[in-house]
Amino acid sequence: MSLMHYLVLSGILFTIGAVTVLVRRNAILAFMGVELMLNSCNLALVAFSRVHGTLTGQVMAFYVMVVAAAEVVVGLAIIVSIYRARRTVSVDEPSLLRN
Amino acid sequence: MIDLAWLVVAIPLASSALLLLLGRRSDAWGHLLATLAAVASFVVGLLVVLEVLGQSPEERINDVHLFSWIPAGELSIDAGLRVDPLSLTFVMLITFVGSLIHVYSIGYMTHDPARRRFFAYLNLFVAAMLVLVLADSYALLFVGWEGVGLASYLLIGFWNHNTDYAVAAKKAFVMNRVGDMGLIVAMGLMFASLGTVSFSGVDAAASGLSTPMATAIGLLLLLGACGKSAQFPLQAWLGDAMAGPTPVSALIHAATMVTAGVYLIVRADSIFSAAPTAQLVTACVGAFTLLLGAAIACGKDDIKKSLAGSTMSQIGYMVLAAGLGPIGYAYAIFHLVTHGFFKAGLFLGAGSVMHANGDSTDMRTYGGLRKVMLVTWATFAVCWLAIIGVPPFAGFYSKDKIIETAFVGEGWQPWVFGGAALVGAAVTAFYMSRMFFMTFHGKARWVDEASKLGADDPRPRRHPHESPLVMTLPVVVLAIGAVSLGFLLSLGDGITGWLEPVTGHVDHPEPVLPVPVILTATLVLVAAGVALAWRQYGMNTVPLTAPAGSPLTRAARRDFFADDVNEALAMRPGQHLTRTLVYADTAVVDGAVTGAAAGTVASGRVLRKLQNGYVRSYAAMILAGVVIAGAVLHLVRL
Repeated sequence: MSLMHYLVLSGILFTIGAVTVLVRRNAILAFMGVELMLNSCNLALVAFSRVHGTLTGQVMAFYVMVVAAAEVVVGLAIIVSIYRARRTVSVDEPSLLRN
Repeated sequence: MIDLAWLVVAIPLASSALLLLLGRRSDAWGHLLATLAAVASFVVGLLVVLEVLGQSPEERINDVHLFSWIPAGELSIDAGLRVDPLSLTFVMLITFVGSLIHVYSIGYMTHDPARRRFFAYLNLFVAAMLVLVLADSYALLFVGWEGVGLASYLLIGFWNHNTDYAVAAKKAFVMNRVGDMGLIVAMGLMFASLGTVSFSGVDAAASGLSTPMATAIGLLLLLGACGKSAQFPLQAWLGDAMAGPTPVSALIHAATMVTAGVYLIVRADSIFSAAPTAQLVTACVGAFTLLLGAAIACGKDDIKKSLAGSTMSQIGYMVLAAGLGPIGYAYAIFHLVTHGFFKAGLFLGAGSVMHANGDSTDMRTYGGLRKVMLVTWATFAVCWLAIIGVPPFAGFYSKDKIIETAFVGEGWQPWVFGGAALVGAAVTAFYMSRMFFMTFHGKARWVDEASKLGADDPRPRRHPHESPLVMTLPVVVLAIGAVSLGFLLSLGDGITGWLEPVTGHVDHPEPVLPVPVILTATLVLVAAGVALAWRQYGMNTVPLTAPAGSPLTRAARRDFFADDVNEALAMRPGQHLTRTLVYADTAVVDGAVTGAAAGTVASGRVLRKLQNGYVRSYAAMILAGVVIAGAVLHLVRL
């Protein structure tokens, strides 16, 4: 399996994630799209790490995972509190700050 | 005593300030205080004159330093007084005639509720006029110059509840500003070229001026003089200035303020001597105005406006004499002094006549007033004989000297100037006699209030009466001056010798015509003028309404279209200019500011649409940004 295969897979995953974020209204699903994008990056980092034979990319992947974990905590907390307040998890609903 | 000369100015100034600050509380005694201040100023002035008379002629130019006024780097101006024969002549004229007119005003303004304010302004005028003549620099002179302009404005518009009078005041003020501009620019040029504006500094350095510069300064000073002295082309305000109370017309617009231009020209002798062109223009302006004013005086039926034309004409004589150079200075001042007396007398007489005729100024409704106003008739007659130059009255001595001097010179000038002065004398005799006969002689063109004539009689109903003593006494004193002053001041070398420290000693060359010929011609022309006026207005019945008259008469009645010319040349273009500027201000300047604001608001309104509150659209924008940034990086690297 060459580097290109990994990169193409990473690109496909990133695109799926991005499209999910853009088209899905459900906050949970959008959140999962973000996670998918992060992990597609992780895949690319690890693949580059393997090709170059250094550990930098893998270390970066761990960092991303740590940050993603923290982000999940904060993000889910926000989604839960929005649900409590407005009985919905649609990302289009809380648009009170527009204009 | 010379060191105390500042008191001459300070006394009326303090009195004026006191009356204005105390307001109505001083209504009861304000007129007395003001009159007292004028008299006190005269007494101090007289003491100074006596002391200066004790000095030898060479020492008579005294500079009194008062304080450092504008110490600004290279421009350092000290406030000081120039006490010399010229300024003292004016001090005497202003304070003496001024005091008399204060006394007269007590009677004239009795029934006016704002009498105290009137006297405060009169004092202010006297103080400002004294600053003007006593200043030792052009800068301080300018302070007085503006001060008299202000006082003149306040007093012309004293009855400003009448819109016409308020407009007349504004007109005088604005036209004076045009002249003042000339004086300011002249001072600027003096400072630029000589580095000083004091009389002594300018006199010492003026001979080193280049001719174009001296000519420019001279012409600008002449412009200032024209504005103040109502000379062509800035003469149109004087007739309207007659809107002021008659004592004001007598003091400001006949005896003193309007002669300030003559003073300025004589004072700026060093400049004019270095600029023959400016001198020639001065003489031409004087000669032209003396004929113009005389013609206007012939056309007017309003007694005060006719006198205003006469003032213009007489000042034209003075400016002509001053424009002839050092040979004419002393005679210009001589005529100025005698004119101050007889013209003030004529105005105060006219005031008495108006007072007696219910404030009507129309000479066509007078006539036959001699029987009811004997004192006024007698004093008016004396002043009339003085102004037309009948010997031995004052005007004969002073005006005849000017006519003789006008005939001095070579080339075309003596013939033109002398001819103008001669013709002017004849016309003066005509219009003054016309005024005198129309007012005091002939049949009465009014009906006594008590008469039983029917109501269909077109003549106005009047009750003419002689004025009270407080009004007749000052006029009698002025009339005595009008009789004797010419003779007294020409005794020995008289006023010429007295002014010599200032005007310099000059030999008087022979005129182009022998003096007896000029003298005879003048007297014959004067007699002809009087005879013509008698035939027209003394023997014949004067119609109650003015006949249509010749084109010349109609033009003279309208001041030779001076107002129309000013309106066409200055007022309307000025109005168009201001309108254009207002339009440019709203369209361009305001447009740029409001346009920028409107543009910001509009672009904000468009950009606001982006902030729609949908998280997903923000995310799409971020993604698009990333993609674009990546694409740009990719393309640039290639």
